[in-house]
Amino acid sequence: MTEWFNHFVTVFGSTIHDVIPIVVIIFGFQLLVLRRPIPHLKRVLTGFVFVIFGLAFFLMGLEEALFPIGKLMAKQLTDPVFLGIELGAIGDDIASHWYEYYWVYLFAFAIGFSTTIAEPSLIAVAIKASEVSGGAINPWGLRIAVAIGVAVGIGLGTFRIVTGTPLYIYIIIGYIVVIIQTFYAPKSIIALAYDSGGVTTSTVTVPLVTALGLGLSNTVPGRDPLLDGFGLIAFASVFPIMSVMGYAQLGEWLAARNSKSDNTNSEGE
Amino acid sequence: MNAFFKALLESFRDLLPILLVIAFFQLFVLQQPFPNLLQMLGGILMVVIGLSLFIHGLRIGLFPIGENMAYDFARKGSLIWLLLFAFALGFGTTVAEPALIAVAAEAATVAVNGGMIENTPERIESYAYNLRMTVAVSVGFAIVLGVFRILKGWPVQYLIISGYIGVVIMTAFAPPEIIGIAYDSGGVTTSTITVPLVTALGVGLASSISGRNPMVDGFGLIAFASLTPMIFVMGYGMLI
Repeated sequence: MTEWFNHFVTVFGSTIHDVIPIVVIIFGFQLLVLRRPIPHLKRVLTGFVFVIFGLAFFLMGLEEALFPIGKLMAKQLTDPVFLGIELGAIGDDIASHWYEYYWVYLFAFAIGFSTTIAEPSLIAVAIKASEVSGGAINPWGLRIAVAIGVAVGIGLGTFRIVTGTPLYIYIIIGYIVVIIQTFYAPKSIIALAYDSGGVTTSTVTVPLVTALGLGLSNTVPGRDPLLDGFGLIAFASVFPIMSVMGYAQLGEWLAARNSKSDNTNSEGE
Repeated sequence: MNAFFKALLESFRDLLPILLVIAFFQLFVLQQPFPNLLQMLGGILMVVIGLSLFIHGLRIGLFPIGENMAYDFARKGSLIWLLLFAFALGFGTTVAEPALIAVAAEAATVAVNGGMIENTPERIESYAYNLRMTVAVSVGFAIVLGVFRILKGWPVQYLIISGYIGVVIMTAFAPPEIIGIAYDSGGVTTSTITVPLVTALGVGLASSISGRNPMVDGFGLIAFASLTPMIFVMGYGMLI
């Protein structure tokens, strides 16, 4: 019990440490520059207390329950013995045996999807987007679209580590796809789609995905964990942009098809 | 009480996919029992409670204050103070970010192995520290640029696409050791508390300025904050 309590105090302390600069900046500007009282001050302060305690509990729970087993799993799944790969027989030509790592790709996909669904900052952006769009953007639709993007991204990222192809090729091709999609996607989704690239990678996703990248680059011969272990986060930041724009394009296309089949020959929307 | 129970249930639903994935791989793929099942269940309960509290705090605290400050700045009409606030918010929330501190330390190790810097403790420390400052300044710059864009109503895609082109050009010239770290640094800068606050600020600004649409103009700040660190970190790698 005392161990548990000590752990909680540590996590709580680091959460406070994260929040302090934000509180100082907000209240500093509010009181010294804007010089206006904060409406519902008590409620807002209660909100901050909720956020601090909530985040501390959340992180603590993740560290107690999910991170140890998730990291252990990443290590076990990338073990050549488990995968039934005889490294001696293959030699250095891992790339042409990339398919033998299928459990790793599946795990990468599944863990990318599931951790994104639980990501608090994505929930926050989804709530805001639904509010601002007057409900036109469904929070679950957005979150699932982002999660699929992250899943594909992390899956492809592990494939890159196994085959040892350079990171920048994937990212640059990703950018080109994003730019092309930007021209065709509905205008109102573009900024949100770009944002969803950045929000996906925080509290839940990063530790597990990093463990996976490091485990994989440690066990695949010829990969350097320091060089090849990085890059999964970059994948997780580019692919959701595509999937969110794709989600909006799909929605627009379905709406257009429905209105056509309804035989409403109205112009415009 | 009923509302709290409902919030817990929603948080549990958010967590369910991870639980299913872990259970599936543990029991069917790795075919092992769960070690410390009791501790795990306790941890899951904490995650669920924590997530519910966080979302509630978001709705009553972070979102209202972010939007309210945006309205107050718009009413005050002082561009300098608004941009200063934007910079402080970006820089201040990034500089102490634990994920960034960890990445900067690893980057220093990579730099030593790659022979980019000498292997002395002082040199490693100053490399990591300067890298961290570079990222924090770049995020501050990103929020300033993003806020300025909202005020001017520039389309977000032109700036982002220019940023992509910048990243591609820098990639060609930056030392290969820094590229992976630079690409990842874009993702680690935006923390769980910063994202809701910055989103509320952007949406609040876009709603309080006439002629701006909160959906088209309000979002995008996070996108800048994930793009500029890539460019700045590669620039840092080229200078060192």
